[in-house]
Amino acid sequence: MTALTSLTLAEAREGLAKKSFTSLELTDAHLKAMEEARALNAFVLETPDQARAMAREADSRIIKGDGGPLAGIPLGIKDLFATKGVRTTACSKILGDFVPTYESTVTAQLWRDGAVMLGKLNNDEFAMGSSNETSCFGPVANPWRREGSTTTLVPGGSSGGSASAVAALLCMGATATDTGGSIRQPAAFTATVGIKPTYGRCSRWGIVAFASSLDQAGPIARSVRDAALLLRSMAGHDPKDTTSVDAPVPDYEAAVGRSVKGMKIGIPKEYRLDGMPAEIEKLWSEGAAWLKAAGAELVEVSLPHTKYALPAYYIVAPAEASSNLARYDGVRYGLRVPGGSISDMYENTRAAGFGAEVRRRVMIGTYVLSAGYYDAYYLRAQKVRTLIKKDFEELFAKGINAILTPATPSAAFGLGEKGGGDPVEMYLNDIFTVTVNMAGLPGIAVPAGKDAQGLPLALQLIGKPFDEETLFSLGEVIEQAAGRFTPERWW
Amino acid sequence: MSVDADTVRRIAHLARIKVTASEVPHLQGELNAILSFVEQLSEVDVAGVEPMTSVMPMEMKKRVDVVNDGEIPDDIVKNAPATDNHFFLVPKVVE
Repeated sequence: MTALTSLTLAEAREGLAKKSFTSLELTDAHLKAMEEARALNAFVLETPDQARAMAREADSRIIKGDGGPLAGIPLGIKDLFATKGVRTTACSKILGDFVPTYESTVTAQLWRDGAVMLGKLNNDEFAMGSSNETSCFGPVANPWRREGSTTTLVPGGSSGGSASAVAALLCMGATATDTGGSIRQPAAFTATVGIKPTYGRCSRWGIVAFASSLDQAGPIARSVRDAALLLRSMAGHDPKDTTSVDAPVPDYEAAVGRSVKGMKIGIPKEYRLDGMPAEIEKLWSEGAAWLKAAGAELVEVSLPHTKYALPAYYIVAPAEASSNLARYDGVRYGLRVPGGSISDMYENTRAAGFGAEVRRRVMIGTYVLSAGYYDAYYLRAQKVRTLIKKDFEELFAKGINAILTPATPSAAFGLGEKGGGDPVEMYLNDIFTVTVNMAGLPGIAVPAGKDAQGLPLALQLIGKPFDEETLFSLGEVIEQAAGRFTPERWW
Repeated sequence: MSVDADTVRRIAHLARIKVTASEVPHLQGELNAILSFVEQLSEVDVAGVEPMTSVMPMEMKKRVDVVNDGEIPDDIVKNAPATDNHFFLVPKVVE
Protein backbone atom coordinates (compact mmCIF):
# COMPACT_ATOMS: atom_id res chain seq x y z
CA MET A 1 0.00 0.00 0.00
CA THR A 2 3.03 2.31 0.01
CA ALA A 3 1.94 3.79 -3.30
CA LEU A 4 -1.04 5.37 -1.53
CA THR A 5 1.26 7.57 0.51
CA SER A 6 2.85 9.10 -2.56
CA LEU A 7 -0.40 10.58 -3.89
CA THR A 8 -1.10 14.28 -3.54
CA LEU A 9 -4.13 15.22 -1.48
CA ALA A 10 -5.96 16.18 -4.68
CA GLU A 11 -5.17 12.78 -6.24
CA ALA A 12 -6.26 10.95 -3.09
CA ARG A 13 -9.54 12.88 -3.07
CA GLU A 14 -10.16 11.68 -6.62
CA GLY A 15 -9.28 8.08 -5.77
CA LEU A 16 -11.62 8.13 -2.78
CA ALA A 17 -14.44 9.61 -4.85
CA LYS A 18 -13.95 6.93 -7.54
CA LYS A 19 -13.80 4.28 -4.78
CA SER A 20 -10.38 3.10 -6.05
CA PHE A 21 -9.47 2.75 -2.37
CA THR A 22 -11.05 3.53 0.99
CA SER A 23 -10.06 6.12 3.57
CA LEU A 24 -9.25 3.25 5.92
CA GLU A 25 -6.73 1.88 3.40
CA LEU A 26 -5.28 5.36 2.84
CA THR A 27 -5.11 5.98 6.59
CA ASP A 28 -3.51 2.59 7.33
CA ALA A 29 -0.86 3.23 4.68
CA HIS A 30 0.06 6.49 6.40
CA LEU A 31 -0.02 4.97 9.91
CA LYS A 32 2.43 2.34 8.68
CA ALA A 33 4.68 5.01 7.15
CA MET A 34 4.60 6.89 10.48
CA GLU A 35 5.64 3.77 12.39
CA GLU A 36 8.55 3.20 10.03
CA ALA A 37 9.66 6.83 10.26
CA ARG A 38 9.86 7.24 14.03
CA ALA A 39 13.56 8.06 13.61
CA LEU A 40 12.47 11.43 12.18
CA ASN A 41 10.68 12.27 15.47
CA ALA A 42 8.06 14.20 13.50
CA PHE A 43 5.10 12.96 15.52
CA VAL A 44 5.01 13.50 19.29
CA LEU A 45 1.76 11.54 19.61
CA GLU A 46 0.30 8.97 17.21
CA THR A 47 -3.48 8.48 17.40
CA PRO A 48 -4.04 5.33 15.28
CA ASP A 49 -7.31 4.25 16.94
CA GLN A 50 -8.87 7.67 16.49
CA ALA A 51 -7.52 7.83 12.92
CA ARG A 52 -9.12 4.50 12.00
CA ALA A 53 -12.44 5.45 13.61
CA MET A 54 -12.46 8.77 11.72
CA ALA A 55 -11.52 6.96 8.48
CA ARG A 56 -14.41 4.47 8.87
CA GLU A 57 -16.79 7.35 9.51
CA ALA A 58 -15.47 9.14 6.40
CA ASP A 59 -15.86 5.97 4.34
CA SER A 60 -19.50 5.63 5.34
CA ARG A 61 -20.12 9.30 4.54
CA ILE A 62 -18.43 8.92 1.14
CA ILE A 63 -20.71 5.95 0.32
CA LYS A 64 -23.73 8.06 1.24
CA GLY A 65 -22.41 10.85 -0.97
CA ASP A 66 -22.03 13.48 1.77
CA GLY A 67 -18.28 13.19 2.26
CA GLY A 68 -17.21 16.83 2.57
CA PRO A 69 -14.29 18.48 0.76
CA LEU A 70 -11.58 16.63 2.73
CA ALA A 71 -13.47 13.38 3.35
CA GLY A 72 -11.13 10.60 4.38
CA ILE A 73 -7.87 12.59 3.99
CA PRO A 74 -5.35 11.76 6.75
CA LEU A 75 -3.64 14.83 8.23
CA GLY A 76 -1.10 15.63 10.92
CA ILE A 77 -1.81 18.35 13.48
CA LYS A 78 0.87 20.61 14.95
CA ASP A 79 0.90 20.18 18.72
CA LEU A 80 0.02 23.86 19.12
CA PHE A 81 -3.63 23.17 18.17
CA ALA A 82 -5.90 22.09 21.03
CA THR A 83 -7.50 18.74 20.19
CA LYS A 84 -10.35 17.57 22.40
CA GLY A 85 -9.40 14.57 24.48
CA VAL A 86 -5.95 14.34 22.84
CA ARG A 87 -2.81 15.54 24.66
CA THR A 88 -1.71 19.01 23.52
CA THR A 89 1.58 20.35 24.86
CA ALA A 90 3.02 23.01 22.52
CA CYS A 91 6.07 20.75 22.99
CA SER A 92 6.70 22.36 26.38
CA LYS A 93 7.25 20.58 29.68
CA ILE A 94 5.12 23.24 31.35
CA LEU A 95 1.95 21.93 29.68
CA GLY A 96 2.85 18.41 30.81
CA ASP A 97 0.01 16.06 30.02
CA PHE A 98 -2.54 18.77 29.22
CA VAL A 99 -5.64 17.22 27.64
CA PRO A 100 -7.96 19.89 26.22
CA THR A 101 -11.69 19.64 26.85
CA TYR A 102 -12.28 21.65 23.65
CA GLU A 103 -11.23 21.63 20.00
CA SER A 104 -9.49 24.50 18.17
CA THR A 105 -11.67 26.15 15.53
CA VAL A 106 -9.24 25.36 12.69
CA THR A 107 -9.07 21.64 13.48
CA ALA A 108 -12.83 21.50 14.14
CA GLN A 109 -13.35 22.81 10.59
CA LEU A 110 -11.03 20.15 9.16
CA TRP A 111 -13.02 17.40 10.94
CA ARG A 112 -16.27 19.05 9.81
CA ASP A 113 -15.00 18.64 6.23
CA GLY A 114 -14.22 14.95 6.78
CA ALA A 115 -10.45 14.92 7.41
CA VAL A 116 -8.81 12.21 9.54
CA MET A 117 -6.33 12.94 12.37
CA LEU A 118 -3.19 10.77 12.36
CA GLY A 119 -1.57 12.38 15.39
CA LYS A 120 0.16 15.44 16.84
CA LEU A 121 3.29 16.91 15.27
CA ASN A 122 6.49 18.13 16.85
CA ASN A 123 7.33 21.86 16.93
CA ASP A 124 9.68 24.27 18.65
CA GLU A 125 8.55 24.89 22.24
CA PHE A 126 5.65 27.38 22.08
CA ALA A 127 6.61 27.82 18.39
CA MET A 128 9.76 29.71 19.44
CA GLY A 129 12.53 28.60 17.15
CA SER A 130 13.64 28.18 13.54
CA SER A 131 15.04 24.64 13.67
CA ASN A 132 12.68 22.57 15.83
CA GLU A 133 15.55 22.07 18.27
CA THR A 134 13.78 23.72 21.24
CA SER A 135 11.01 21.07 21.53
CA CYS A 136 10.84 19.23 24.86
CA PHE A 137 10.38 16.05 22.80
CA GLY A 138 13.74 16.55 21.10
CA PRO A 139 14.64 17.71 17.61
CA VAL A 140 13.02 16.59 14.35
CA ALA A 141 15.14 15.24 11.51
CA ASN A 142 14.77 16.64 8.01
CA PRO A 143 14.05 13.79 5.56
CA TRP A 144 16.46 15.59 3.20
CA ARG A 145 20.22 15.02 3.50
CA ARG A 146 23.13 16.48 1.59
CA GLU A 147 24.10 14.26 -1.34
CA GLY A 148 26.50 11.55 -0.19
CA SER A 149 26.21 12.60 3.48
CA THR A 150 24.51 11.05 6.49
CA THR A 151 24.58 14.26 8.58
CA THR A 152 21.19 14.96 10.13
CA LEU A 153 19.77 18.31 9.06
CA VAL A 154 17.07 20.35 10.80
CA PRO A 155 13.66 20.64 9.09
CA GLY A 156 13.38 24.31 10.07
CA GLY A 157 10.92 25.60 12.60
CA SER A 158 8.80 26.11 14.38
CA SER A 159 6.53 23.81 12.30
CA GLY A 160 9.38 21.30 11.82
CA GLY A 161 7.28 18.23 12.55
CA SER A 162 4.62 19.35 10.07
CA ALA A 163 7.17 19.97 7.31
CA SER A 164 9.15 16.78 7.96
CA ALA A 165 6.01 14.59 8.07
CA VAL A 166 4.59 16.04 4.83
CA ALA A 167 7.95 15.78 3.03
CA ALA A 168 8.51 12.19 4.21
CA LEU A 169 4.99 11.23 3.02
CA LEU A 170 3.75 10.39 6.54
CA CYS A 171 0.61 12.54 6.20
CA MET A 172 -1.15 14.10 3.20
CA GLY A 173 -0.96 17.57 4.69
CA ALA A 174 -0.50 19.23 8.06
CA THR A 175 -1.63 22.19 10.07
CA ALA A 176 1.06 24.67 11.04
CA THR A 177 1.36 28.16 12.48
CA ASP A 178 3.52 31.12 11.46
CA THR A 179 4.55 34.00 13.73
CA GLY A 180 7.78 35.05 11.98
CA GLY A 181 8.25 32.40 9.32
CA SER A 182 7.31 29.17 11.08
CA ILE A 183 5.30 27.79 8.13
CA ARG A 184 7.34 29.13 5.21
CA GLN A 185 10.90 28.48 6.46
CA PRO A 186 10.33 24.77 7.30
CA ALA A 187 8.39 24.36 4.02
CA ALA A 188 11.43 25.82 2.21
CA PHE A 189 13.84 23.45 4.04
CA THR A 190 11.80 20.35 3.10
CA ALA A 191 10.52 21.08 -0.45
CA THR A 192 6.91 21.35 0.73
CA VAL A 193 4.42 24.15 0.08
CA GLY A 194 3.49 26.36 3.03
CA ILE A 195 1.19 29.36 3.13
CA LYS A 196 0.74 31.88 5.93
CA PRO A 197 -2.57 33.53 5.16
CA THR A 198 -3.49 37.15 5.91
CA TYR A 199 -3.77 37.96 9.62
CA GLY A 200 -7.41 37.32 10.54
CA ARG A 201 -8.05 34.76 7.78
CA CYS A 202 -7.94 31.76 10.16
CA SER A 203 -9.28 31.73 13.70
CA ARG A 204 -6.64 31.65 16.43
CA TRP A 205 -9.13 30.20 18.93
CA GLY A 206 -7.76 27.04 20.53
CA ILE A 207 -4.22 27.56 19.22
CA VAL A 208 -1.63 27.94 21.99
CA ALA A 209 -0.77 31.65 21.85
CA PHE A 210 2.78 32.91 21.21
CA ALA A 211 2.51 36.50 19.85
CA SER A 212 -1.15 37.25 19.24
CA SER A 213 -0.75 40.12 16.76
CA LEU A 214 1.51 37.98 14.54
CA ASP A 215 0.29 34.36 14.91
CA GLN A 216 -1.61 32.83 11.99
CA ALA A 217 -2.49 29.23 11.16
CA GLY A 218 -1.95 27.78 7.70
CA PRO A 219 -1.26 24.49 5.95
CA ILE A 220 1.94 22.70 4.89
CA ALA A 221 1.20 20.52 1.86
CA ARG A 222 2.67 18.47 -0.97
CA SER A 223 1.58 20.83 -3.75
CA VAL A 224 0.17 24.30 -4.32
CA ARG A 225 -3.24 22.79 -5.10
CA ASP A 226 -3.17 20.76 -1.86
CA ALA A 227 -2.36 23.90 0.13
CA ALA A 228 -5.32 25.66 -1.51
CA LEU A 229 -7.66 22.78 -0.60
CA LEU A 230 -6.52 22.75 3.01
CA LEU A 231 -6.65 26.52 3.49
CA ARG A 232 -10.23 26.63 2.25
CA SER A 233 -11.27 24.35 5.10
CA MET A 234 -9.07 26.01 7.74
CA ALA A 235 -10.08 29.62 6.98
CA GLY A 236 -13.23 31.46 7.92
CA HIS A 237 -14.86 33.75 10.41
CA ASP A 238 -15.08 32.68 14.05
CA PRO A 239 -16.97 34.78 16.61
CA LYS A 240 -14.67 33.34 19.30
CA ASP A 241 -11.66 35.21 17.84
CA THR A 242 -12.32 38.95 17.69
CA THR A 243 -9.46 39.38 15.19
CA SER A 244 -10.86 36.84 12.75
CA VAL A 245 -12.29 38.54 9.69
CA ASP A 246 -15.94 38.22 8.76
CA ALA A 247 -15.50 37.76 5.02
CA PRO A 248 -16.41 34.86 2.71
CA VAL A 249 -13.69 32.25 2.02
CA PRO A 250 -13.01 32.02 -1.73
CA ASP A 251 -12.64 28.73 -3.58
CA TYR A 252 -8.84 28.84 -3.48
CA GLU A 253 -8.51 25.78 -5.69
CA ALA A 254 -10.18 27.71 -8.53
CA ALA A 255 -7.22 30.11 -8.44
CA VAL A 256 -4.73 27.28 -9.08
CA GLY A 257 -3.97 27.32 -12.79
CA ARG A 258 -5.61 30.72 -13.36
CA SER A 259 -3.67 32.98 -15.76
CA VAL A 260 -1.15 35.40 -14.28
CA LYS A 261 -0.88 37.35 -17.54
CA GLY A 262 -0.47 41.08 -16.99
CA MET A 263 0.21 40.78 -13.25
CA LYS A 264 2.87 43.14 -11.90
CA ILE A 265 5.39 41.35 -9.69
CA GLY A 266 7.74 43.38 -7.50
CA ILE A 267 11.37 42.33 -7.00
CA PRO A 268 12.49 44.18 -3.84
CA LYS A 269 16.14 45.24 -4.00
CA GLU A 270 16.47 45.19 -0.19
CA TYR A 271 16.18 41.37 -0.24
CA ARG A 272 19.46 41.14 -2.16
CA LEU A 273 21.73 40.64 0.86
CA ASP A 274 25.50 40.98 0.97
CA GLY A 275 27.01 37.54 1.02
CA MET A 276 23.84 35.81 -0.15
CA PRO A 277 24.70 32.43 -1.72
CA ALA A 278 24.92 32.65 -5.52
CA GLU A 279 22.56 29.69 -5.76
CA ILE A 280 19.79 31.64 -4.06
CA GLU A 281 20.40 34.63 -6.28
CA LYS A 282 20.17 32.31 -9.30
CA LEU A 283 16.97 30.67 -8.03
CA TRP A 284 15.40 34.09 -7.59
CA SER A 285 16.22 35.11 -11.20
CA GLU A 286 14.89 31.79 -12.46
CA GLY A 287 11.63 32.30 -10.57
CA ALA A 288 11.28 35.77 -12.06
CA ALA A 289 11.91 34.33 -15.55
CA TRP A 290 9.20 31.66 -15.05
CA LEU A 291 6.65 34.27 -14.02
CA LYS A 292 7.67 36.47 -16.97
CA ALA A 293 7.27 33.54 -19.36
CA ALA A 294 3.75 33.09 -17.96
CA GLY A 295 2.92 36.67 -18.92
CA ALA A 296 3.65 38.57 -15.70
CA GLU A 297 5.56 41.83 -15.68
CA LEU A 298 8.58 42.07 -13.38
CA VAL A 299 9.28 45.39 -11.68
CA GLU A 300 12.24 46.34 -9.48
CA VAL A 301 10.78 47.82 -6.28
CA SER A 302 11.96 49.13 -2.92
CA LEU A 303 10.81 48.21 0.60
CA PRO A 304 13.10 50.62 2.48
CA HIS A 305 12.34 49.44 6.05
CA THR A 306 13.01 45.74 5.37
CA LYS A 307 16.19 45.58 7.49
CA TYR A 308 14.32 46.82 10.56
CA ALA A 309 11.64 44.11 10.45
CA LEU A 310 13.65 41.45 12.28
CA PRO A 311 14.87 43.70 15.13
CA ALA A 312 11.35 45.13 15.56
CA TYR A 313 10.00 41.58 15.61
CA TYR A 314 12.40 40.64 18.41
CA ILE A 315 10.78 43.33 20.55
CA VAL A 316 7.12 42.88 19.61
CA ALA A 317 7.02 39.05 19.62
CA PRO A 318 8.80 38.54 22.99
CA ALA A 319 6.69 41.33 24.54
CA GLU A 320 3.47 39.60 23.52
CA ALA A 321 4.90 36.20 24.49
CA SER A 322 5.82 37.39 27.98
CA SER A 323 2.23 38.47 28.46
CA ASN A 324 0.64 35.37 26.88
CA LEU A 325 2.87 32.96 28.79
CA ALA A 326 2.05 34.54 32.16
CA ARG A 327 -0.82 32.03 32.32
CA TYR A 328 1.59 29.13 32.96
CA ASP A 329 1.71 29.49 36.71
CA GLY A 330 1.31 25.95 38.01
CA VAL A 331 -2.24 26.61 39.22
CA ARG A 332 -4.80 25.88 36.53
CA TYR A 333 -3.06 23.32 34.31
CA GLY A 334 0.26 21.72 33.54
CA LEU A 335 3.36 21.39 35.62
CA ARG A 336 3.64 22.52 39.24
CA VAL A 337 6.91 22.58 41.17
CA PRO A 338 6.21 23.23 44.87
CA GLY A 339 7.72 26.18 46.74
CA GLY A 340 7.50 27.72 50.19
CA SER A 341 5.32 30.65 49.10
CA ILE A 342 3.04 31.06 46.10
CA SER A 343 5.70 33.27 44.48
CA ASP A 344 8.34 30.54 44.96
CA MET A 345 5.92 28.04 43.46
CA TYR A 346 5.45 30.27 40.37
CA GLU A 347 9.19 30.83 39.98
CA ASN A 348 10.13 27.18 40.45
CA THR A 349 7.41 26.00 38.09
CA ARG A 350 8.35 28.40 35.32
CA ALA A 351 12.10 27.77 35.71
CA ALA A 352 11.59 24.01 35.41
CA GLY A 353 8.79 24.09 32.83
CA PHE A 354 10.14 26.53 30.24
CA GLY A 355 13.13 25.65 28.07
CA ALA A 356 16.10 27.99 27.56
CA GLU A 357 14.78 29.78 24.44
CA VAL A 358 11.35 30.39 25.99
CA ARG A 359 12.89 31.72 29.24
CA ARG A 360 15.10 34.05 27.19
CA ARG A 361 12.21 35.45 25.16
CA VAL A 362 9.92 35.86 28.18
CA MET A 363 12.71 37.79 29.91
CA ILE A 364 13.39 40.03 26.88
CA GLY A 365 9.66 40.69 26.63
CA THR A 366 9.42 41.49 30.31
CA TYR A 367 12.33 43.90 30.00
CA VAL A 368 11.05 45.81 26.95
CA LEU A 369 7.65 46.26 28.60
CA SER A 370 9.02 47.28 31.99
CA ALA A 371 8.73 50.80 33.40
CA GLY A 372 11.29 53.15 31.88
CA TYR A 373 11.95 51.00 28.80
CA TYR A 374 8.49 50.71 27.24
CA ASP A 375 8.80 53.85 25.08
CA ALA A 376 12.38 53.23 23.99
CA TYR A 377 11.75 49.65 22.91
CA TYR A 378 8.13 48.55 22.57
CA LEU A 379 6.56 51.83 21.40
CA ARG A 380 9.39 52.49 18.95
CA ALA A 381 9.11 48.94 17.54
CA GLN A 382 5.36 49.39 17.00
CA LYS A 383 6.07 52.64 15.12
CA VAL A 384 8.66 50.88 12.96
CA ARG A 385 6.02 48.24 12.31
CA THR A 386 3.71 50.93 10.93
CA LEU A 387 6.51 52.00 8.55
CA ILE A 388 7.11 48.40 7.38
CA LYS A 389 3.43 48.01 6.57
CA LYS A 390 3.40 51.38 4.77
CA ASP A 391 6.25 50.22 2.49
CA PHE A 392 4.03 47.39 1.23
CA GLU A 393 0.88 49.54 1.00
CA GLU A 394 2.68 52.01 -1.25
CA LEU A 395 3.71 49.24 -3.65
CA PHE A 396 0.22 47.76 -3.79
CA ALA A 397 -1.22 51.25 -4.39
CA LYS A 398 1.10 51.52 -7.42
CA GLY A 399 -0.50 48.42 -8.94
CA ILE A 400 1.95 45.74 -7.78
CA ASN A 401 -0.01 42.45 -7.46
CA ALA A 402 2.58 40.43 -5.53
CA ILE A 403 6.23 40.41 -4.50
CA LEU A 404 8.77 37.68 -5.27
CA THR A 405 11.66 36.98 -2.86
CA PRO A 406 13.79 34.05 -1.74
CA ALA A 407 12.12 32.19 1.17
CA THR A 408 15.25 31.69 3.28
CA PRO A 409 18.86 32.95 3.21
CA SER A 410 20.21 29.36 3.07
CA ALA A 411 19.22 25.72 2.67
CA ALA A 412 18.67 23.48 5.72
CA PHE A 413 21.59 23.34 8.17
CA GLY A 414 22.86 20.67 10.53
CA LEU A 415 21.56 19.88 14.02
CA GLY A 416 23.31 22.03 16.61
CA GLU A 417 25.02 24.11 13.93
CA LYS A 418 23.39 27.47 14.69
CA GLY A 419 22.56 29.69 17.64
CA GLY A 420 24.73 27.92 20.20
CA GLY A 421 26.73 30.99 21.17
CA ASP A 422 24.58 33.86 19.92
CA PRO A 423 20.79 33.48 19.71
CA VAL A 424 20.68 36.15 16.97
CA GLU A 425 22.46 33.76 14.55
CA MET A 426 19.34 31.54 14.60
CA TYR A 427 16.96 34.50 14.39
CA LEU A 428 18.51 35.59 11.06
CA ASN A 429 16.85 32.58 9.38
CA ASP A 430 13.58 34.50 9.34
CA ILE A 431 14.98 37.61 7.66
CA PHE A 432 12.89 37.16 4.47
CA THR A 433 9.71 35.89 6.11
CA VAL A 434 9.27 38.11 9.17
CA THR A 435 8.32 41.28 7.27
CA VAL A 436 5.15 39.53 6.12
CA ASN A 437 4.00 38.87 9.71
CA MET A 438 4.84 42.41 10.77
CA ALA A 439 2.59 43.72 7.96
CA GLY A 440 -0.11 41.05 8.43
CA LEU A 441 0.15 39.99 4.76
CA PRO A 442 -0.21 36.55 3.16
CA GLY A 443 2.98 34.76 2.06
CA ILE A 444 3.56 31.41 0.36
CA ALA A 445 6.77 29.37 0.10
CA VAL A 446 7.01 27.19 -3.01
CA PRO A 447 9.86 24.74 -3.76
CA ALA A 448 11.85 26.04 -6.72
CA GLY A 449 15.06 24.08 -6.99
CA LYS A 450 18.03 22.49 -5.24
CA ASP A 451 21.42 23.74 -4.18
CA ALA A 452 24.74 22.15 -5.24
CA GLN A 453 24.49 19.67 -2.34
CA GLY A 454 21.04 18.53 -3.44
CA LEU A 455 19.10 20.36 -0.75
CA PRO A 456 15.78 22.04 -1.55
CA LEU A 457 15.44 25.81 -1.91
CA ALA A 458 12.23 27.82 -2.16
CA LEU A 459 10.84 31.12 -3.32
CA GLN A 460 8.39 33.26 -1.41
CA LEU A 461 5.48 35.22 -2.87
CA ILE A 462 3.94 38.00 -0.79
CA GLY A 463 0.41 39.18 -1.57
CA LYS A 464 -2.10 41.90 -0.80
CA PRO A 465 -4.28 41.47 2.28
CA PHE A 466 -6.84 38.70 1.70
CA ASP A 467 -5.53 38.02 -1.81
CA GLU A 468 -4.29 34.49 -1.19
CA GLU A 469 -5.81 33.56 -4.57
CA THR A 470 -3.11 35.48 -6.49
CA LEU A 471 -0.45 33.64 -4.47
CA PHE A 472 -1.95 30.27 -5.42
CA SER A 473 -2.03 31.28 -9.12
CA LEU A 474 1.59 32.49 -9.09
CA GLY A 475 2.72 29.58 -6.89
CA GLU A 476 1.29 27.13 -9.41
CA VAL A 477 3.37 28.74 -12.19
CA ILE A 478 6.53 28.14 -10.11
CA GLU A 479 5.51 24.57 -9.25
CA GLN A 480 4.78 23.76 -12.91
CA ALA A 481 8.17 25.14 -13.95
CA ALA A 482 10.28 23.75 -11.11
CA GLY A 483 8.48 20.44 -10.58
CA ARG A 484 7.95 18.73 -7.23
CA PHE A 485 10.70 17.24 -5.09
CA THR A 486 10.67 14.13 -2.89
CA PRO A 487 13.54 13.09 -0.61
CA GLU A 488 15.21 9.73 -1.02
CA ARG A 489 14.15 7.45 1.81
CA TRP A 490 16.90 6.62 4.34
CA TRP A 491 14.89 6.16 7.53
CA MET B 1 21.50 49.81 26.17
CA SER B 2 22.71 46.73 27.98
CA VAL B 3 21.74 44.97 31.19
CA ASP B 4 23.91 44.22 34.22
CA ALA B 5 23.67 41.20 36.52
CA ASP B 6 21.32 42.96 38.96
CA THR B 7 18.97 43.86 36.12
CA VAL B 8 18.97 40.24 34.91
CA ARG B 9 17.91 39.12 38.41
CA ARG B 10 15.24 41.82 38.56
CA ILE B 11 13.81 40.89 35.13
CA ALA B 12 13.79 37.21 36.11
CA HIS B 13 11.83 38.04 39.24
CA LEU B 14 9.37 40.22 37.27
CA ALA B 15 8.93 37.31 34.84
CA ARG B 16 8.54 34.89 37.80
CA ILE B 17 11.34 32.66 36.58
CA LYS B 18 13.86 31.43 39.17
CA VAL B 19 17.45 31.86 38.05
CA THR B 20 20.46 30.54 39.95
CA ALA B 21 23.57 32.65 40.49
CA SER B 22 25.48 30.50 38.01
CA GLU B 23 22.89 31.16 35.25
CA VAL B 24 23.09 34.95 35.51
CA PRO B 25 26.30 35.64 33.51
CA HIS B 26 25.17 33.40 30.64
CA LEU B 27 21.69 35.00 30.52
CA GLN B 28 23.23 38.45 30.72
CA GLY B 29 25.36 37.70 27.63
CA GLU B 30 22.39 36.38 25.67
CA LEU B 31 20.05 39.21 26.61
CA ASN B 32 22.71 41.75 25.70
CA ALA B 33 23.28 40.08 22.32
CA ILE B 34 19.56 40.46 21.57
CA LEU B 35 19.44 44.03 22.90
CA SER B 36 22.43 45.04 20.80
CA PHE B 37 20.77 43.49 17.73
CA VAL B 38 17.55 45.50 18.23
CA GLU B 39 19.58 48.67 18.92
CA GLN B 40 19.61 49.47 15.17
CA LEU B 41 15.97 50.58 15.49
CA SER B 42 17.22 53.78 17.09
CA GLU B 43 18.46 54.99 13.67
CA VAL B 44 14.88 54.97 12.23
CA ASP B 45 13.11 58.34 12.11
CA VAL B 46 9.77 57.64 13.79
CA ALA B 47 8.74 61.27 14.34
CA GLY B 48 5.02 61.64 13.75
CA VAL B 49 4.52 57.89 13.12
CA GLU B 50 1.56 56.25 14.86
CA PRO B 51 2.43 53.02 16.68
CA MET B 52 0.66 50.01 15.19
CA THR B 53 -2.19 48.75 17.35
CA SER B 54 -3.98 46.51 14.84
CA VAL B 55 -2.27 44.99 11.81
CA MET B 56 -5.54 44.69 9.85
CA PRO B 57 -7.87 47.67 10.16
CA MET B 58 -11.04 46.36 11.78
CA GLU B 59 -13.80 47.38 14.14
CA MET B 60 -13.63 45.71 17.51
CA LYS B 61 -16.39 43.13 17.34
CA LYS B 62 -18.93 43.03 20.11
CA ARG B 63 -21.37 40.34 21.04
CA VAL B 64 -24.71 40.40 22.80
CA ASP B 65 -24.24 40.54 26.58
CA VAL B 66 -25.71 37.15 27.42
CA VAL B 67 -24.45 34.05 29.22
CA ASN B 68 -23.45 31.66 26.42
CA ASP B 69 -21.11 29.28 28.19
CA GLY B 70 -20.59 27.80 31.63
CA GLU B 71 -21.77 24.99 33.91
CA ILE B 72 -18.56 23.10 33.15
CA PRO B 73 -16.61 23.15 36.44
CA ASP B 74 -15.36 19.59 35.87
CA ASP B 75 -13.81 20.68 32.57
CA ILE B 76 -12.30 23.81 34.11
CA VAL B 77 -10.39 21.97 36.85
CA LYS B 78 -9.72 18.82 34.83
CA ASN B 79 -6.06 19.63 34.08
CA ALA B 80 -5.21 21.38 37.36
CA PRO B 81 -2.31 19.96 39.39
CA ALA B 82 -4.16 20.33 42.74
CA THR B 83 -7.88 20.83 43.30
CA ASP B 84 -10.47 20.32 46.01
CA ASN B 85 -14.18 20.25 45.21
CA HIS B 86 -13.86 22.41 42.06
CA PHE B 87 -11.40 24.84 43.69
CA PHE B 88 -7.79 25.32 42.60
CA LEU B 89 -5.39 24.71 45.50
CA VAL B 90 -2.36 26.99 45.98
CA PRO B 91 0.17 27.49 48.80
CA LYS B 92 -1.24 29.60 51.63
CA VAL B 93 -1.40 33.28 50.50
CA VAL B 94 -3.16 34.99 53.44
CA GLU B 95 -2.23 34.26 57.06
